Amino acid sequence: FFVQTHSLQDLQQPAVSSKVFIQRDYSSGTICKFQTKFPSELESRLDKQQFEETIQTLNNLYAEAEKLGGKSYLEGCLACLTAYTIFLCMETHYEKVLKKIARYIKDQNEKIYAPRGLLLTDPIERGLRVVSFTNTLCNHNTEINFRLLLGCKYFHLNAWLGCSGRV
Amino acid sequence: MITRKVRKWEKLPGKNTFCCDGRVMMARQKGVFYLTLFLIIGTCSLFFAFECPYLAVHLSPAIPVFAVLLFLFVMAMLLRTSFSDPGVLPRALPEEATFIEMEIEAANGNVPAGQRPPPRIRNVQINNQIVKLKYCYTCKIFRPPRASHCSICDNCVDRFDHHCPWVGNCVGKRNYRYFYLFTLSLSLLTIYIFTFDIVHVVMRSVDNGFLNTLKETPGTYPLLFLSDFLEYLSFTVLEVLVCFFTLWSVVGLTGFHTYLISLNQTTNEDIKGSWSGKNRVQNPYSHKNIVKNCCEVLCGPTYPSVLDRRGLMQEDSPVSAASAAPSSSSSNSSSSNPVPQTTKTTAPLIPNEHTPDDAKPSIAASAEKSPSPREEHHPPAPKVPPLASPETDAETSIAKDKTH
Repeated sequence: FFVQTHSLQDLQQPAVSSKVFIQRDYSSGTICKFQTKFPSELESRLDKQQFEETIQTLNNLYAEAEKLGGKSYLEGCLACLTAYTIFLCMETHYEKVLKKIARYIKDQNEKIYAPRGLLLTDPIERGLRVVSFTNTLCNHNTEINFRLLLGCKYFHLNAWLGCSGRV
Repeated sequence: MITRKVRKWEKLPGKNTFCCDGRVMMARQKGVFYLTLFLIIGTCSLFFAFECPYLAVHLSPAIPVFAVLLFLFVMAMLLRTSFSDPGVLPRALPEEATFIEMEIEAANGNVPAGQRPPPRIRNVQINNQIVKLKYCYTCKIFRPPRASHCSICDNCVDRFDHHCPWVGNCVGKRNYRYFYLFTLSLSLLTIYIFTFDIVHVVMRSVDNGFLNTLKETPGTYPLLFLSDFLEYLSFTVLEVLVCFFTLWSVVGLTGFHTYLISLNQTTNEDIKGSWSGKNRVQNPYSHKNIVKNCCEVLCGPTYPSVLDRRGLMQEDSPVSAASAAPSSSSSNSSSSNPVPQTTKTTAPLIPNEHTPDDAKPSIAASAEKSPSPREEHHPPAPKVPPLASPETDAETSIAKDKTH
């Protein structure tokens, strides 16, 4: 591994939060949809296309969950007739799609985001309000940098600033 | 420090009560709910005990059977409405709150000292209509469209309809259909019991030869009638009275909600006159088709609860009373060290006319208030953590930068 040293100029950059939140897009109403606008904080870390693809797939999955169609009406009517006791044994369509989404996010994290030092969190953990990208590299480098403290001229503990050190 | 595992519902902010280890979620005041239960169960028990044997024999056994089914449906809908999560939106975690604050600051620019900052509103265009999203000072989020903050439960609820004391819970996106079916089936049950009570009175009177006796002994009959009346029909009279008063209110309520559903509106929007049509404002959520609106509200997908009530989390309870409040970490975090959480943001939360009244004292007191186990969003002053511990908090990173 190598330790990244940074010049004073780097250190003087404004400190940015280590989490980026993608907000909901309400232009189509109250359905669950996230903004596909690429945030500037991720410019150095991620492809715009990759980001848009992930968010678009998530939006499509949520649209599938909330789709009003024959199938959902049938499920609703059947459940009503049984006084909704049927949900004690059966999983709702929405829950099935949520599991699918969880699997997709896990898959994306393993293949695309973890190698780039990012972690995509499932929006259900934030009340379906935001999709957050967490910088995972900071923590690692923080510890390593501290341990090499004595020998280094410059060291920084806010490792978000352009850090690309690998262990 | 003693680390123990607790269920997430124990640490949820807001004024809800939880039962059955987080499976049941209700408002704090349940007195009126118990009254509802008492009235329904009481009246139906009287009906089954006194009217049904007579009616089953003299008319048809299908009558009590149908009454039982209807009663069970009413109870199922009532309990489902009262015990389920209405669609509570969880409060923003400190990082998210900070992020939003930074965005607001960037949008507002520089406010001269002494001037009130502009109200926190975001405009969104939905279906060619401008909808204003308000900022909730308690939950620290911009409320999604149709969401509202319930001051009784102290939560933001998605597609907030109203807080119903009769069911002891808020009525929101997740339990609106159960609430509607409850009022509908209760109307049917009330009409049913009322009708058969009248039928029972009529049949008894005919049986006792009311009309004939009246012709023969007009003088003494009133006394006989009265004693018969008290013997057979006093409970009926009680039921009829309860049903009569219930009928007007519940049938009226069902009618009102049917009207709201056909227009895809909530009670909250109706009261505030959001889509009343003045200034050419129209409901952007309506499909403009009654059938489609009804289908969406009643037969739409069943939304899951986004409040993970029964999930497990770590709780660090301090040994001494003077130290920090139990800090909660999300289920993702594997660290057992208390992660210092700060809500000290660069912009102080100044209460303005948009701050709900009950949030103002909490904003004022947030600095000095000692955190209680329920309120995790009023932490102690930020302290710089030991350098070796990994953290992701923006504020402490800034603090660290300043230390060297």
